[in-house]
Parts: sequence; C-alpha cells; structure tokens
Amino acid sequence: MSEEEEDIILSELDDEELVQQMFDDLYDGLKEEIEEGVNILLERGWQPYDVLTKALVGGMTIVGADFRDGILFVPEVLLAANAMKGGMFILKPLLAETGAPRVGKMVIGTVKGDIHDIGKNLVSMMMEGAGFEVVDLGINNPVENYLEALESEEPDILGMSALLTTTMPYMKVVIDTMVEQGIRDDYIVLVGGAPLNEEFGKAIGADAYCRDAAVAVETAKEFVSRKHNQLAG
Amino acid sequence: MIPSDTTLTKDGLQATGKGRILLLACGALAREIIDLKTANGWDHMDLTCLPAIFHIHPKKIPGAVRAAVEKHRDSYDDIFVVYADCGTGGILQSTCAELGVEMVEGPHCYSFFEGNDRFAEISETEFTAFYLTDFLVRQFDAFIWKPMGLDRHPELIDMYFGNYEKLIYQAQIDDQALTEKAQACADRLGLAFERRFTGYGDLESTLAKLRE
Repeated sequence: MSEEEEDIILSELDDEELVQQMFDDLYDGLKEEIEEGVNILLERGWQPYDVLTKALVGGMTIVGADFRDGILFVPEVLLAANAMKGGMFILKPLLAETGAPRVGKMVIGTVKGDIHDIGKNLVSMMMEGAGFEVVDLGINNPVENYLEALESEEPDILGMSALLTTTMPYMKVVIDTMVEQGIRDDYIVLVGGAPLNEEFGKAIGADAYCRDAAVAVETAKEFVSRKHNQLAG
Repeated sequence: MIPSDTTLTKDGLQATGKGRILLLACGALAREIIDLKTANGWDHMDLTCLPAIFHIHPKKIPGAVRAAVEKHRDSYDDIFVVYADCGTGGILQSTCAELGVEMVEGPHCYSFFEGNDRFAEISETEFTAFYLTDFLVRQFDAFIWKPMGLDRHPELIDMYFGNYEKLIYQAQIDDQALTEKAQACADRLGLAFERRFTGYGDLESTLAKLRE
C-alpha cells in the first residue's frame, strides 16, 4: 500500500468519494474499512437499503465481474465477501427495522453428503444484497430438510448447491420427490456448483443452472418477476 | 526417467512413441503408472501426461484430452484415458465416448486408489474428510496452499476447511518422509490426520486389463 493510500481518512471523503473508496476496499477485502464506511454513511443519514445496494452490492458486482473475467481469483473473492459480510452484519438488523423492499424469498442449501458451502454462502449473500430473504439450510441436507423448509418457509425459490461429482445427482432426488408430491411447479428451482453445467441442470429438471452468484441473482430476479407477472395475468 | 513433480505439474510428460497402447494420463499419476509399467513389464503401453495442475482447473481437462487424442491417435492402435471424472461433471466421459476412447471408472483418483466400490461405501460417512495422494502431499503448496491463497491469507483456512474434520492421506507407497509431510499438511489446515495405505487400488487392475 502506498503512503498516499495510507493517509485516506474515510470520514473526510464526500459521499461519492466514500462509495468509490468502499468499492476499492471491498475489492481489496478490507473488512474493517468496509465496516467503518457503512457506519459513516449511516451516520450521514443514508438509508440502510441504499448503503447495501449502492456501496456494498455495487462493489461486489465489480468483484464478481472481475472474477468471471479471470482478473480476480477465489481467494480475493472470499476476502471481498468477508468484508461485505462485515458490512451486512451492521445493516441486517437495520434493514429489518426500516422495511427494505423484498424481491422474493429463497431457501438454499448444500445437498446431502456435501459439506462445501463457499459458493452457496456467496449466493446467499448476494441474494440478500439484491433484496431477497434467504433461509440458509447449511450443508449436508437430505431431501427431508428441503421439503420441510419449503413447507414452513413458503419461498419462491429453492436453491441447491454441490461441489462434488458424487453428490450433484442428489439434486435430482430432491426434484423427483417434489414432482412425486405434486409441488415441483410451485417453486423456482435453481442449481449451482463447480462440476455442474447447463445440460445437467436441464437433465435433472431444474429451472436453471447458475454458474456464479451474480448469475444466480439475475436468474432469480428474472424468474420471480416472470412468476409475479403470471400470477397477475 | 521420470520428470520432476514441477515439470509434471506444469508441462506433463511427452510420449516416447514406443508401445501399441497410449496411456493419456494426469501428470499426478505419472510416477504411479511408470512404477506399474516397470513392475509388470507392460512394454506395450506408452505414457503421455497432461499437466497435473489441471486437477484444480477441471474445466480444462476435456478439451486437453480431446486435443491429445486427436494428436496421437494415428500413432497408436489404442488410447486409454487415465482420468476419472475428476470434477468435469460428466463432460470428460461424454468427450471420451465421442472420441471412441475408454477412461478410468469413478469420480476421481481418491476413489480409484481406494477402490471405487469401497470409496462409494465410505463416502456415505466420510464426507468430512479431505484427501491427499502421494503426489498431492509432495505438491501440497502448489496445489492447495498457494492456489487457495493461504500463503497470503491464512485467515481463509476456516472458510475453506471449517466443515472438514480430518485429512486422510491415501498412501500409494510406504514412505516415512511423505507420511510426516502429510501429517504436517493436516496440522497446517487444522485437521485431524489419518494415514491409509491404498497402494494403486483400481488403477492397477484397470490398466492390467489393457492386454497386449
């Protein structure tokens, strides 16, 4: 870090400069700086939802784009996500209080036999950032966990994640059970994970395969909006 | 002569042109395959390896296998692909089917070293285990520590490995120094350690079927 950068005092920046600086700090995975930036914007009277979308999600969108383009790699994305998590931790209770707009609701979990949750956690965070309420079932979920959550949480979307070639077929077990119970078409089913691809998503009967967190958010928005339009029609 | 692990990681191994069947393998399996060839006198097999680093970039494997098969197929009677699915999500299998070449059965090398049937059984209860083979123990820094950024950001260990409970070192050979290194890898990741001797597992029986 250069001497000039060390001298930046966040509270002395105007709003626009501060948001730009927060983009840089997210990119560099600087959690404490992000937490400080969030607090400054809140003190200046920003609505929590605006801090979330304009500063944090805006910054993570750049991170996501550079990850997709091969400029950033997984460790840097994780550091950025960790920094965003710090900001989200401050904003979450305030968002609940201030009644931020809710785009939809998602139940998400890693499938049975699989303990990998980095991608799932990124999706959860970006979905929350986009205004979705997310119920995260964690890792190693048998079909019963998904079904119970669908019944109790009544989400718009079911998200399933798997990192292993050996566990990804379990997604089909969940979808087939939903079909058997006649509830498949009540939900938008999105799947993701490193070894998956679009063809696999189609083959198991998912609505879409999402290759990364940003695509998951865009796909979720599109499907939810389509669903609402159908209901309205 | 076997190239260094670094060469196998970055460049792989060139074929010699001797033998009727070409084994097209992952560089991480070169030593094991050469050992099996020597021990069993499988002179009808030649070996070429793709860079072992594809282990952490599995999307590159199907295209590289396709290019290698197309490059070599006129020079050999048969080509056998010594990869399992290896994180390609079935793409390698469909690529091989399209090219008309056979490949090793199973999800990955951890499975075929253990024995695919046994691995399928234990994976029901052992999914919180992180596996390393001989090659991956030797190349731990190049395949795990550095690509995951743990050399620069050791605080990420918990994000990557927080859900794992133990590191299982699947030993292909008996080597005290490698065992000690594997134990040290487990310590660095904050995981319990288990050494399990697998030998070459299904790799040996699979290659033994490729008769002269």
